[in-house]
Amino acid sequence: MTFLIQQTLLYAVPLMIVALAGVFAERSGIINLALEGIMIFGAFIGVLFVRNMQSVQAFADAYANKQWLTLQGLELLAMLTAAAMGALFSLLLSFASINLKADQTIGGTALNLMAPALVLFLIRILANQNTLQMASGDAASWFMLKKSTFGIPKKQDIGFLGETFINKVYLATYVCIILFIILAIILYKTRFGLRLRACGENPQAADSLGINVYKMRYAGTTISGALAGMGGFVYALTTTNCTANGDVAGFGFLALAVMIFGNWNPLNIAGASLLFGLFKCIAAAYASIDLNGDGVYLLAQIGISSHLYRMLPYIVTLVVLAFTSKKSRAPKAEGIPYDKGTR
Amino acid sequence: MKEKLQDLYNKNGTRKVLASLISILIGLVVGAIVVIAVGLSKDTITTQGMWDGVKLIFAGILSTGRNAAGVLTWGYNAQSLGNMLFRATPLIMTGLSVAVAYKTGLFNIGAPGQYLMGTMASLMIALSIPTSSVPAWLVWLLAFLGGCLAGALWGAIPGALKALLGINEVLACIMTNWLAANIVTWAFDVSNFKNMVENTKSGYVYKTSFNGVQTAKMGMDKLFPGSQVNGGILIAILVAILVYILINKTTLGYELKACGANRHAARYAGINDRRDIILSMAIAGALAGGGAALYWLAGNTEFYWSTYQSLPSAGFNGIPVALLAVNNPIGVIFTGIFMAMLDIVGVQLTGYTAYNEYITDVIISVIVYLSAFSLVIQMMLPKWKKKGGPNANAEPAAKTAPKPETEKGDKEA
Repeated sequence: MTFLIQQTLLYAVPLMIVALAGVFAERSGIINLALEGIMIFGAFIGVLFVRNMQSVQAFADAYANKQWLTLQGLELLAMLTAAAMGALFSLLLSFASINLKADQTIGGTALNLMAPALVLFLIRILANQNTLQMASGDAASWFMLKKSTFGIPKKQDIGFLGETFINKVYLATYVCIILFIILAIILYKTRFGLRLRACGENPQAADSLGINVYKMRYAGTTISGALAGMGGFVYALTTTNCTANGDVAGFGFLALAVMIFGNWNPLNIAGASLLFGLFKCIAAAYASIDLNGDGVYLLAQIGISSHLYRMLPYIVTLVVLAFTSKKSRAPKAEGIPYDKGTR
Repeated sequence: MKEKLQDLYNKNGTRKVLASLISILIGLVVGAIVVIAVGLSKDTITTQGMWDGVKLIFAGILSTGRNAAGVLTWGYNAQSLGNMLFRATPLIMTGLSVAVAYKTGLFNIGAPGQYLMGTMASLMIALSIPTSSVPAWLVWLLAFLGGCLAGALWGAIPGALKALLGINEVLACIMTNWLAANIVTWAFDVSNFKNMVENTKSGYVYKTSFNGVQTAKMGMDKLFPGSQVNGGILIAILVAILVYILINKTTLGYELKACGANRHAARYAGINDRRDIILSMAIAGALAGGGAALYWLAGNTEFYWSTYQSLPSAGFNGIPVALLAVNNPIGVIFTGIFMAMLDIVGVQLTGYTAYNEYITDVIISVIVYLSAFSLVIQMMLPKWKKKGGPNANAEPAAKTAPKPETEKGDKEA
């Protein structure tokens, strides 16, 4: 059970934060199809940052002397860098779709094509192979929180909650959850959030009340880019052992799906991404999931092909969408370039 | 004469072509800039190497490798040109796939999935019917049609989800893409088409030539000796022309376009919009599946079947091919060949310089990015005004001119 919860969170948290990224863009009126591309870019930047920082004496010493606080600081810095570069990358989309009134779907597709190409081009030149890894060690030894991190002996049992939420987890997961809550509150309970949402529903009305629609849309996409870039790095850190290879296994698109079937609403999105994370986790590790701890690996013993487990997340999404899409309500003005002249 | 030139220049179609050409040029220049920037920042790359990279980006298709002295040589390279046409074949088909869906207002990002399903169907048919009892050409035809049918069915799914349940087609396409990737892996995993003879090649399916099924060369091998090209490119071009006729000269094509322009207005005019959306996606799927069939039935390439973690780039590259051609089926022929040319350039870059093939994907993405606002580029083109006539620029918007498009595209390709 502990394993199941931890694995589900690993998949659910990047999905959740990137889906929220989608919400910020779409609520301001811009369809951000580029989430996947920005994630790929963010993952690359984060890993590159970690790789370069590992050779810095201060961090190398911290690793040698097991100063975990410094290493967690490095992790946060990498997240921040990935977010900043993700935001920068997303400016390409904002510029095309806000200033030049371009087709947002095509602009997003362009970024989705650009990110893996650019990233692979650079990785091949930097590392002479198709995967960028950490300079030394792995994500678990550098960044993972373990019992020993808190000075608890390895053998000691710290209870179900402790084992699940403190042992073998990443700080990034919790940072993302906290950020998710804060941003959801900002979107719904502040003046800025209200104005942002107004621009996605009726930009003409918002403009007539003195809100700068272009600025709000820039804000929405830039926050979106930052979150997606950070989500990309968190994905790379927690599920692929801090490596970047120009691929995030379609997580950006899945986040888009989570956003739509979460109905552009943070609370529903959190639930949707947990559900989705659960199925992703089952697909990835069904053979080693021991539900009640009696040593029987039920899912592996039913004898269903692993291929079917891998398809489950997608089938579930389609089925859920089939039932919910009639009720779903996208922001009214999304995808439509704002033109001051139209009525 | 000057009058005619003015007319041509002011035509909508011409301006679209010009905008595309400008996008291509900027894309190539950006690629060159990236090459120079990387070259300057890495001391392992010499100035000569950097310069070679830039030259290859612009004219890699005419490169004939390095001579004994290590200097790049240039000239007519039949092998590169033939391979370019071979690689263009599936790109033209997936490009048509995206273009047809776009005419109906649908963004077919599901081409990779349809391509995979087409791959599976055509390979399985081509490998399972023994050519000892059935003539090989008939097997080829069945495999090709099977590929088209599988793609059509796979394309119809997101179409139906969109038309009947109102699910966003982009989302449905993405889901069906990954489903296709898993289904194909599963189907080949349990099949006996896995190549067991050449045991160095685990994970690959037999070439169709193991069963004697191969696309006819149709004389292309005489034109481009030493290359992989076959009659598939001619079939793709024929299909493009057929699609052009379907879209522009038939009632069905008109209905599809009407649905794309305004679904509700189309329904009001008595057009069955739901049927047309499903049909449009099915046609798109058939084109993508047919592209896959043409590629794999060549019999000289092997399919890596354990593909559940990745989607074929030939499917995704249909999107830039269609966008660059402004969704004109005839234009797709030339943009498809252009994309394939970039592909060859990538191979040359990997082979002869310190750079790698991904730079060409960067170039493609820049071109797609620019094509997102090609309308702006079109507006920025200076107008060539006739002196007297006030109607000089008042060309009806609906009137696109395919003819000048082909001429222009020809030069580029």
